[in-house]
Amino acid sequence: MTHDHSHPPPQPDHPEPSSDYHFLGMALRELLIEKGVFTADEERRVIEVSESWSPARGARIVARAWSDPDFKARLLTDGRATAETMGVEITAPELVVVENTEQVHNVVVCTLCSCYPRSLLGLPPKWYKSTDYRKRVVYEPRSVLAEFDTHLADHVEVRVHDSTADMRYLVLPRRPHGSDGLDQKALAALVTRDSMIGVTEALSPQP
Amino acid sequence: MSARFKIGDRVRIDDRDPPVHHRVPRYARGHVGVVERLCGAFGQPELLAYGGDGDPAQMLYRVHLKQTELWADYAENPDDTLEIEIFEHWLSPA
Repeated sequence: MTHDHSHPPPQPDHPEPSSDYHFLGMALRELLIEKGVFTADEERRVIEVSESWSPARGARIVARAWSDPDFKARLLTDGRATAETMGVEITAPELVVVENTEQVHNVVVCTLCSCYPRSLLGLPPKWYKSTDYRKRVVYEPRSVLAEFDTHLADHVEVRVHDSTADMRYLVLPRRPHGSDGLDQKALAALVTRDSMIGVTEALSPQP
Repeated sequence: MSARFKIGDRVRIDDRDPPVHHRVPRYARGHVGVVERLCGAFGQPELLAYGGDGDPAQMLYRVHLKQTELWADYAENPDDTLEIEIFEHWLSPA
C-alpha cells in the first residue's frame, strides 16, 4: 500500500498512537475534518467545553431539591426541563432523576459503554468506564458498593439503572442527618460526584 | 406515536443477537420485567449505527426486573432490582 501523503500530528495532549484502534480513530478524525463535517477548532472547542463541566453543577441541583419540595417533585417527573430551569444544559434527550430513600438505594451504570450525565458530573471516572465495574455492578451490586465503603442495610432494595440507550441518570442522594440548618451552598458541598452516581452516600456535615 | 405497552405491563425482552450494533446487553435477553415508564420515541440504534436516520423511530421503555429473574444464582438481597432501557421492537407481551 502506498503511503505518500502527510498527516497532521495528533493533538498535543494525546499519546502517540500504539494500537490499531488508535490509528483507526486518527484516520476517522482526519477524514471527518477533510470532508468538512467539522473543523479541528470546532472539535477542540467541544472538548474544551466538556472538560469544563464539573460535579458542582449536579450538586447545585441536588442541594436545591433537598431544600425545595416543589422543585424536587418537578425534578423527579421531568428531569431535563427542571434542571434546565437552573441554567444547566442537559446534553441528552432526557434526564431521569432517581431518589434514594429509606427503602431504595439507586446506582447507575452503562454496561454497554460509558453513558454518563456529563453536563452535570463532568467526564466519567475511569472506574465507571472499566469492564470490571460495568459487569459486576449489575450482578453483585452490594459487593461493589462495599468496595466503595458503602454498606446498606438488608431491608434496603438496591436498584441498578443500566443506561443502555437515550436516557441519562442522576441519583438524588439522601439528605444527610445534621444538615437541617444549612443553606443550599453549604448543602451542595456535601454532594459528591460518587454520591450522584450512587456508589456512596452524600457527605455528613462537619459538627 | 402509539405505544404497544403501558406502564405496569409484563414484557419479555427478546433473546436474539442480530449481527449489527444494538443496545440490548446479553444478560437481559430473554428475561421478563414490568414497564416502569415510557421514555418517548427514538431512532433505532441498529440503523443509526450505519449512517441512517434511525427511522422509523421506536418507542423506548424502561423495564423493571427482579435481580433474581435476571440471574439464577443471584446471591445478594432477593428484593434487589434493575431497570434498563429497551426499545419496543425488542419486547413482547409476557
